[in-house]
Parts: sequence; C-alpha cells; structure tokens
Amino acid sequence: MPITLIQPEFKVHIDYDKCHKCGRCVQQCGWSVYSFNERPIPDDAKCRACHRCVTYCPAHCITIRKNDLALRDNANWSPALRQGVWRQAETGGVMLTGMGNDKPYQSIFDHLVLDACQVTNPSIDPLREPMELRTYLGRKADAVQVTPDGNGGFRLAEDTGVEKNIKLDAPIIFSPMSYGSVSLNVHRSLAMAAERLGILMNTGEGGLHADLYPYADHVIVQVASGRFGVSPEYLNRGAAVEIKVGQGAKPGIGGHLPGEKINREVSETRMIPQGSDAISPAPHHDIYSIEDLRQLIYSIKEATGYKPVGVKIAAVHNVAAIASGIVRAGADYVYLDGFKGGTGAAPQIIRDHIGIPVEIAIAVVDQRLRDEGIRNQASIIAAGSIRSSADMAKAIALGADVVAIGSAALMALGCHMCQGCHTGSCSWGLTTQKAELTRRVDPEWGAERLVNLVNAWSHELQEILGALGVNAVESLRGSRERLRSIGLDEQTCKILGVKPAGM
Amino acid sequence: MAVATDTSKPIEGYLQVDPEVTVAGDVATIDARSIYYKHLNEAIRKCFAEGVPKVVLRNINGQRYIGTGIRGADKCIEVHGTAGQDMAMFMDGPTVEVFGNAQDGVGNTMNAGRVIVHGDAGDVLGYGMRGGRVFIKGDVGYRVGIHMKAYEGHVPVMVCGGKSRDFFGEYMAGGMLVLLGMDTRIDGPLVGGYVGTGMHGGVIYLRGEVEPWQCGKEVGIFTAGEEDLATLKPVLEEYCEAFGMDLDEVLSVPFTKLVPVSHRPYGKLYTYV
Repeated sequence: MPITLIQPEFKVHIDYDKCHKCGRCVQQCGWSVYSFNERPIPDDAKCRACHRCVTYCPAHCITIRKNDLALRDNANWSPALRQGVWRQAETGGVMLTGMGNDKPYQSIFDHLVLDACQVTNPSIDPLREPMELRTYLGRKADAVQVTPDGNGGFRLAEDTGVEKNIKLDAPIIFSPMSYGSVSLNVHRSLAMAAERLGILMNTGEGGLHADLYPYADHVIVQVASGRFGVSPEYLNRGAAVEIKVGQGAKPGIGGHLPGEKINREVSETRMIPQGSDAISPAPHHDIYSIEDLRQLIYSIKEATGYKPVGVKIAAVHNVAAIASGIVRAGADYVYLDGFKGGTGAAPQIIRDHIGIPVEIAIAVVDQRLRDEGIRNQASIIAAGSIRSSADMAKAIALGADVVAIGSAALMALGCHMCQGCHTGSCSWGLTTQKAELTRRVDPEWGAERLVNLVNAWSHELQEILGALGVNAVESLRGSRERLRSIGLDEQTCKILGVKPAGM
Repeated sequence: MAVATDTSKPIEGYLQVDPEVTVAGDVATIDARSIYYKHLNEAIRKCFAEGVPKVVLRNINGQRYIGTGIRGADKCIEVHGTAGQDMAMFMDGPTVEVFGNAQDGVGNTMNAGRVIVHGDAGDVLGYGMRGGRVFIKGDVGYRVGIHMKAYEGHVPVMVCGGKSRDFFGEYMAGGMLVLLGMDTRIDGPLVGGYVGTGMHGGVIYLRGEVEPWQCGKEVGIFTAGEEDLATLKPVLEEYCEAFGMDLDEVLSVPFTKLVPVSHRPYGKLYTYV
C-alpha cells in the first residue's frame, strides 16, 4: 500500500549549473527539506514554500513552484478537500494549521472606499500641517469639566476620569502573540518597537519574560483561561490587563501549546513544568455570565490599583449584545477579533468556518454602544486581518478606536505565511523555540523593521486624513459617512451603516 | 434606548464610606458591616501598607475580593462572617482564615499563602492555583481544584473536609487535591461525577472509594500506598492542626489515589496540515 496518497504541494528546483554546493540551503531550512550528497537534494514533500532557502541562496539558484499535478476538475471537490479526506483517513486526526483563514471569503474592506475633499472643502497637506494620530485607549468620562486657565481660555479639569487612559502615539498596536507560540526574540522585537513608537505590545497568554520588564509601560498583559504566568507581579507589570475570552481564528475553543514547545524558559515564564502540554480550557471556568465577567474584571482591578482592563472576544453572530455586556461589566476596552485573524495553531475546520468578518463586528458593536449611550465607556480595538493602512482607516471609519496587527507584524519580521506555525520549526525563527532557529531574529533588526512598518502606515493614514480634510484621527472615528461601498448587497450596506457609491 | 448607565457606579445597598478601623498593637480590626467591598479592601491594603501585620474583619457579609492580590508571607487576615467571591485571588503569601463560610472562587489563580475556611465553600475553588494551601472544613461545590498546576518548588495543596459536587479536579495539571468526606451536610456520594476530567498532572486523594464511572477517562484509579501516605500525612497533620481534628481518625479509612494516565492527553489528537 502507498505510505500516503498526498503528493507534495511544491516542487523545489535547484539549478545545479549555478549551485555553489555551499550547503546553506541545508542549514537554513527548518523543515529539513534538504539533504547533502555532493550537492543539495531536496525532498519536495517537506517544503512549505517559506522561501528561507531562496532568500539565503548566494547563487539564486533555488526556485519553488507549485506542484501542478492535474486532478480531474470538480468545482465541488477542490483538491484541498480531497487532500483533507486522504490525510484524515491516514491519521484519524483533527487537522491543525497556523496563521489566518485562507479561504476565499469576500473581503468587505476591499468593497469599501474612502471619501476625499474636492473644490468645496479644502483637503489638508499632512506634510506641512499638523495631523493628529494620538489616541487614548480606555473609558472616557460621561461629561468633561473645564476650568478657566486665567488667560481667558479653559483647561480640562483634573479628575475627569481620563487619567487611567493609555496614550498611544498612533491608533495601532501589536496583537497578542504568546511567548511559547512565538520566540522570545519576537517578543523582544515587539516590545522594543512598541516603546519607540509610543504604542503597545501584548503578551498573549504565555506570561511576561523577565527580559521584557523594562518595557512594562508598553505592554498589555493577558489573562486567559489557562492563567499561565498570571501572578500579582505579572498583572502589575502591564500598562493594562486583557482578559482573553476568544480569538478570531478559533472562537469558542481553547488552545494548547504542545509539550515540545515548553522548554525551560517558556516553562519559567508560563510557570508550568517543562515538556507537559500547556492546556487552555475553552472557557474561563470563573466566567459563565456577564456578572462573572464583571467579577473577574473587578478582581483584576482590585489587584492592580484599578488599571484599565480590556476584554478580547472573537467576532461571532451576536457580537453586539456581547460587547454591550462586556462594557456594562466594566471593561475599559473591547477587543474584536475577526474570523480572518491569525493563530499559532488552530484546527483548520474551526479557523476556516467559525466567526464573522471584523468589518461587520466593528460596525454593529459601535452602533449598539452608541444606541445604548455607553460608547464612551470603552474603546474598541479591531483586529483580524488588518493588512494595510487602508484597512486601518476603514476600520476606524466604521467605528474602531485602535487596530491591532499580528500577522503583518510577523511578516515585518520575515514571515512568508507558509502556515506552519504549529509545527514549531519556523525557518524564519518566529514561531519556534529551537535555539538554532530563534537566534535568526535579531531583536534590534526586528524592532527597526516594525518601527518602519508602523511609521509607514501612520504616514499613509495621515495622507488619508488629509485627503478627507480632517486634521485628527478622532474626526474619522465612526464617521461612516466618509465610506461608500462598491458591490456589497443592500442588507450588508445597511448593517455596516454605509451607503453605496453614488449616493 | 439611549439611556446612559454608568457602569462604574457600585451596586446599591452598600455604604460607600471608609470603614471604622481600630488598631491595637499589631492587630487592626475593621467593622465591615454594610461597607462596599472597594472601601473595605482599600482599608485592608492601607493597614498592611502602614505596617500592621494582622487585620481582623468583623461582620463580613459577602464582600468580594478579600485578600485579592495581597503579597507578603508576614500578613494575616481573619474574617468573621461569610466571605464573598474571589477571596484570596492572585494572593501571594498571606494567611487568610475565615470563621464562617466562603463563596465561590476561593484561591483563584493564587500563587502562595494559606487559606483556612471553618465552614463550607462554593464553586471553582483554587482555579489555576499554583502554590500555597487551601483548607476547607466542610463541603465544597462544583469544579473544585480546576486546573491547579505545579511549577518547580510551587506545589499547591487543597484539602476539603466534606463532600464535593461534580468536576472535582477538572483539567488538573499539578499539585495535590484531597477530599475527606467527614464534615458534611450532603446526603450523597463522597464526590460527584466527572472527577479529574482532562487531568494531565498532579494527584487527587479521596478518603474512601470512587466508582470508575464517576471519573474522567484521563484518570487512573489506585489505592493509596505507603509512599502516598508519606506525602499525604504531613499535609493532613497541618490540616488537623488548623481545625483541631484527630489525625488518626482521618487516616482510619483507606485513601483512593487518582493520577492522570498521560501528561499529554491530547498528544495524538491532531494531524498537521
């Protein structure tokens, strides 16, 4: 019988006329594609097309192609579906994968366009005029008070309730990725970049490594159902604490980091034994209701001297009502993670078929909180496939205060989206704990690239705001009048609160 | 709609005032009657910050978060009344002794310290607890000892003197969980169903027997032997001392030991894409 019916997805071609026979490809590949016998010999079946070897080949003699084996066309049974059946018939296992949803769902962001000023109202040149991106994360007071400043003007009165807000220099933060799922050098890169950019990184649920303590003012510490690394010290190390209820890539299910990834340092940071699986139960067992959530929010506030506490949920069908409950439970922000959000490991079926788009979630949550008169009580963070500054601007126009990026941040550090995070063998040294791979990311190099990315997006956002004729990102927030849809059905437009182009 | 509700306003019925604090030597006494938890806990923290090592709370009636997030092994809280939810949550070192019952979430995500409850306690006790001791004199509710975990020198121990409802030791990843079935008002079996479901570390000792159908499939059932008693005895000695009980009587019934069959119960669940 054949060992497997599954044929290699890629073909690795080496132009041996050009090959230096230096063996660098053998050394660079984390998936052990290459063996060496006078010259590198690839095993196509192991290749994930991550392009590490291609990037480091001094002779540029490696080409990765799709293995273009013809299967009889069947619009119903795609090759991927057939392969899934073969794989599960061979193993009996749940198919595990990494990164975000890769199915061809419609992207709502790609059907939204922004407005610009022409003739009757002037646009603004952000290169020569002030353009404010500063954003405050957290609960805003129901009413502000002002006091005369003695010069005929007014100042914001003290104790108006915004003291606990977190100041961000741009409406963009790094999304939670746990130490354990990503390497310590990734965490270092994110923390250093967050500090330089005046924004935040997020620990994810794997605790905070001691090396990151100096960056505490730029770190959100997460509390998830596994409570890994959660101690009074950890809670007080963060600028804010986030209760992770759900993740866009795997709504409603827990997670577990395989024992192979729990080395000594990960074990120390998570405060669990080496080599045993780190299991996050699907729910928090102390949250079965909004009242329970309130209890956890306030226990964290009690333990931290009333720091901001946010709640991260996956965008699901009833997201507006859930978000309303979260705000009423006392959360300072609601983090909405759309169904295209990334993951270090998730069952493929869950990742690809559960949850709703973040665009819809932002619109309905923002509207619901406005309708109920509680929008000021919490900020909205939106994530789940923010791919460019355009996505960021559209998310803000739909009602988000801040966007969070995870996949894009990893791509800045070299990720090629090969979807192999769950294997623990990332050739780019990102989603692995193998020392020979993790040292491939120099945190200084990583921080610089992350700073570049966020600065570039910030500049682009300023250009967009200038075109819109506004001089602060505050003026774009929830301003759906500045959006139009192209090719979306009437019902979707209504839910988004966006008119079709031409109206 | 369009009615603004300020969620920061506390629930009505409590007094939002600072409680009366009497300091005599090393002991501060706080009258907590009708005091809102926020003001009560602020007063407790203030006492500790001022160097008073022991705080006695009178007339406690369901106030939440007593001892939550408090650090330092030299501190001690004595609670008279019924302690509210999440007592000793995130606690790191102190001793909390309750003369009365405790509600849900005692020792939630607790790091170190001692909790002694001279009564019954509710659900989800010691959730994610990774160190310290929780001793309950009487009965306990559902999901007790859920996801307790050990880490190097930190080995959490919880001993419950009465009976327990379902999901005792669910997801347990480390530490020791003991159920005695002695001081009880529950008319039923020693423990409910789903004992140790998802268990992948640590050990559960039951004073008496358990039927296999009551246990999760991740659990192996054994009779506690000499070695087990060697680790169990010092814990029970401490427990008996806390409640003035007779160790010989506690040990007069054979113990059942539950341990996980694998520390990686889901290792073979997946196929990689």
